[in-house]
Amino acid sequence: MGAFLARRLLVALLTLLLASLVVFAVLEVLPGDPARLMLGMNASPEALAALREQMGLEQPLLTRYLAWTSGLLSFDLGRSYTYSVPVSALVLERLSVSLPLALASLTLSTLIAIPVGIFAASRRGATGDTLSMGLAQVGVAIPNFWFALLLVYLFAVWLRWVPAGGFPGWGAGVWPAMKALILPTLALALPQAAILARVTRAALIDALDQDYIRTARAKGVSRSSVLWRHALRNAMIPVATIMGLQFAFLLAGTVVVENVFYLPGLGRLIFQAITQRDLIVVESVVMLLVASVILINLLVDLSYALIDPRQRVA
Amino acid sequence: MSASALARLELNRSLTIGFAITSIMLATALLSFLWTPYDVTKLVVADRTQAPSLAHLFGTDHLGRDILSMVMVGARNSIAVALVAVGIGAGLGVPLGLWAAAKGGWVDEVIARGSDLVFAFPALLSAIMITAILGPGAVNAIIAIGIFNIPVFARVARAGALSIWPREFILAARAAGKGLARISLEHVLPNIFSLILVQLSIQFALAILAEAALSYLGLGAQPPLPSWGRMLFDAQTRMAVAPWMAIFPGTAIALTVLGLNLLGDGLNDALDPRRRRA
Amino acid sequence: MRKWKLGLGVAMLALSVSMPAFAARTDLVLGVILEPPHLDPTAGAAAAIDEIVYANVFEGLTRIGENGDVLPDLAERWTISDDGKVYTFKLRTGVKFHDGTSFDADDVKFSLDRARAPDSTNAQKGLFAEIDTVNVVDPATVKITLKEPQGAFLYNLGWGDAVIVAPESAATNKEKPIGTGPFRFDSWARGSSIKLVKSPDYWGEPVALERAEFRIVPDAAAAVPAILSGDIQAYPFFPSDGVSQIEGDSRFKVVVGSTEGETILAMNNRKPPFDKLKVRQAIAYAIDRQSVIDGASSGLGTPIGSHFAPHNPAYLDLTGVYPHDPEKARALIKEAGAEGLKLTIKLPPTQYARLGGEIIASELREVGLDPELVPIEWAEWLSQVFTDKNFDATIVSHTEPNDIDIYARKDYYFGYDNPAFDQIIADLNTENDEAKRKELYGEAQKILAQDVPAAYLFELPKVGVWDAKLEGLWQNAPIQANDLTKVRWTD
Repeated sequence: MGAFLARRLLVALLTLLLASLVVFAVLEVLPGDPARLMLGMNASPEALAALREQMGLEQPLLTRYLAWTSGLLSFDLGRSYTYSVPVSALVLERLSVSLPLALASLTLSTLIAIPVGIFAASRRGATGDTLSMGLAQVGVAIPNFWFALLLVYLFAVWLRWVPAGGFPGWGAGVWPAMKALILPTLALALPQAAILARVTRAALIDALDQDYIRTARAKGVSRSSVLWRHALRNAMIPVATIMGLQFAFLLAGTVVVENVFYLPGLGRLIFQAITQRDLIVVESVVMLLVASVILINLLVDLSYALIDPRQRVA
Repeated sequence: MSASALARLELNRSLTIGFAITSIMLATALLSFLWTPYDVTKLVVADRTQAPSLAHLFGTDHLGRDILSMVMVGARNSIAVALVAVGIGAGLGVPLGLWAAAKGGWVDEVIARGSDLVFAFPALLSAIMITAILGPGAVNAIIAIGIFNIPVFARVARAGALSIWPREFILAARAAGKGLARISLEHVLPNIFSLILVQLSIQFALAILAEAALSYLGLGAQPPLPSWGRMLFDAQTRMAVAPWMAIFPGTAIALTVLGLNLLGDGLNDALDPRRRRA
Repeated sequence: MRKWKLGLGVAMLALSVSMPAFAARTDLVLGVILEPPHLDPTAGAAAAIDEIVYANVFEGLTRIGENGDVLPDLAERWTISDDGKVYTFKLRTGVKFHDGTSFDADDVKFSLDRARAPDSTNAQKGLFAEIDTVNVVDPATVKITLKEPQGAFLYNLGWGDAVIVAPESAATNKEKPIGTGPFRFDSWARGSSIKLVKSPDYWGEPVALERAEFRIVPDAAAAVPAILSGDIQAYPFFPSDGVSQIEGDSRFKVVVGSTEGETILAMNNRKPPFDKLKVRQAIAYAIDRQSVIDGASSGLGTPIGSHFAPHNPAYLDLTGVYPHDPEKARALIKEAGAEGLKLTIKLPPTQYARLGGEIIASELREVGLDPELVPIEWAEWLSQVFTDKNFDATIVSHTEPNDIDIYARKDYYFGYDNPAFDQIIADLNTENDEAKRKELYGEAQKILAQDVPAAYLFELPKVGVWDAKLEGLWQNAPIQANDLTKVRWTD
């Protein structure tokens, strides 16, 4: 287990290093001058030069890469060009929206998907299976931004149960903050639940088809006992993989839904930073996300190793 | 494809429905090359936001274009972007996966880590970054979506190939002195073909959704070419007054994805050897 | 049961009696489309900064009113020397910054010297270019000497870039703005909202609002439900695209006013074939202003035929110089040998540009040109179009007030060069007689209308949407600001 862990860690670190090179190189070729954007059409050349100097844009490439990465290593993410506050402060602020939202969506989608998946798998081919999986198919097919918009018109404009968007911050009280996250959570969770339900069903059916399950059944173990005690445990591996991927997606891939609800989340932070050429924010936050995905993958791998020791060799 | 698989193909409901929907969408896209009710590049601002009528079956948009025509041309655009993007993904990913499985060792390791690296980037945000560099447009949307499809196919092909390599007929081929590349091509690929076909249909559906999201953000195909995602973007400020602007392209996206997913499911059921036993 | 009902009745009676005692609402949530990068109006070009702090947090010597008039602000009154070069400002006394430090002539000198210093990052440094010296006469008097007389000097001092800041807080104004205005900065949740609260020791007429929150609602699709659901009670710069859903709802007012934004299809006059008058004329004839206005501004823009705001007293209606005439356009294109000409139209990320671009492209195709639309971000627009002049045509709204002189600037992005026009602008700079100035402005407008260095489309409307019970928000937008000093709830 120790050697396995060491090897996986080394690989993860290498991947991080490569990712940092990719991110830095990509942003170097991004057209547009952040200083020019900040000062606008009437800016004098001297004012521009002064600002570029202040922002450290005049330094050579390698110096800037090293300054950035050594900063990252000491948890200094740099200072936003546009907001002129530390990037870490921005990230923390955005995480207070994105993290609860991602966790809530993942929890909700799991709570819906796993029972539905088990239900469908246990009634394979029956009406209940067809109906729930048909619904899941539709759920996967509807673009989530579209679904989000429908939710806004129904629950905020028409019924007025919840705000149409925005986030008051946790300082405004737990309930108002949670209320603002209800619709975004639904909009994110339901399509994810549809995917997860399908994966759960497929994985369970797969497990139920395995020879040792057949053997167990032949030995007289009851159908439900087989399902709950043996098959489910095996089915958890693909389900955990998908959940890991979904969590990573929910943390940052939700730009479009964040836009519909004008939520100050991580995804929109990066999206804005790209359009405003706030390079340091894009670099640091993307790296942070990459690092968290790698960490999640590492944890998922470790959990495999715990669920099924044979995986350690692979 | 064995006779029993063919027999199952006919009986499979998912496959039938999925195939029907997909064919209709493809036919619509092809028809749009020859004929559309109106010219989508010509704006008649005076006729803007008209409700569906006999003259305009799906109504008109905020610049007076015929929505039926736009949905038809949009189908062409969506399908073309998704097809080429997935083609790139499979075209590069499958050989990489086969190579990794055949060689093993450091080649396998490098390809696996490369896939991890790509997967570690948030896909949509990276696509946004790519289009920010290359400029928005259908071709760059294809590149952005294509890149993230490569590791998917590499993984599927590798996993499939690994399960084939220990089989006896491969051992026989090796004993006969065939090279790794030839074995991969002649013996491994045909045996994982159904696996890849299923993945193709899944990725195709995902690519349609990704294209819709990108063009919704203004990063996909550019005017005068209509795209479903941008039609939804234009519709959303007029949800209450011109719902038809939103309903038709939204339904087109959902229907296409649904059709492809059903097709994928149906193929999976029909082609998966394990299912045949059941 | 009866008792309970009685109790309820009494309670309701008490409630209705005490109703008048409830004062009108004193809080307001406003929507803004763009989040400012920071809150120091003297260190950035973003209009989003002024939309929050102008007149609310920061004040200048003068200020601009709702209709573009120059009003006294921190300077109570002033005198101008006969040669037009020396301005003597009498300052208000008893004014305090929000951190408790008091305002006096030293702050004025500090602010203006800081703005025009060599290392200044003021985005409108040009406003202060004519200032020779700033002298403190006494704590309540400042004397500013100009190098040359400047007709617009008092107006220039009213810009957000010329507000007065204190030396104690200037360095931190970006994150924590300290001004002299009726509201002080409370908090900023980045990406979400900025809150202001009433300043207790404001020198002027007290404001009615106790607190104001600017909420960032980045796109039109979100702005419509935000207003309809009551989350936001005012959206002063509303995306005109969403207006159709709010019109006709009696809970809201849709207020259409004027801006200083001349929306134009600028052409690259230094680049063939756009250096040919015939090609530019053909493009002007090809465009149907009304369809552009209907499609790109929900029919709310005012057509213009030159680079001048219709609400300006010196405005001439020149929209008839090149009426919509596709036949003539085709003929001119043939004469100029420009059939099938490929041209790229670069579109910044605004609704008027993106929608206007689609319409204009369709109209240009109609007359035999081959336009390609290239949507770009502002950062790219500034570097590709404005700085590198790498474009054929672009759609943009020039929102600076009275900026017809940009056509006389050497090396400006559209590359217009006409000595006769330059002479008129030079004359305008030294002419002080109102009637003569008006005449010169008329001449300048006519030259541009004939020469069409850009196709003139429409004056950008200012569309404001707010709760019907709210009053005091600006109808017009001579500058991009949300002056809350007169805003109050009427019930």
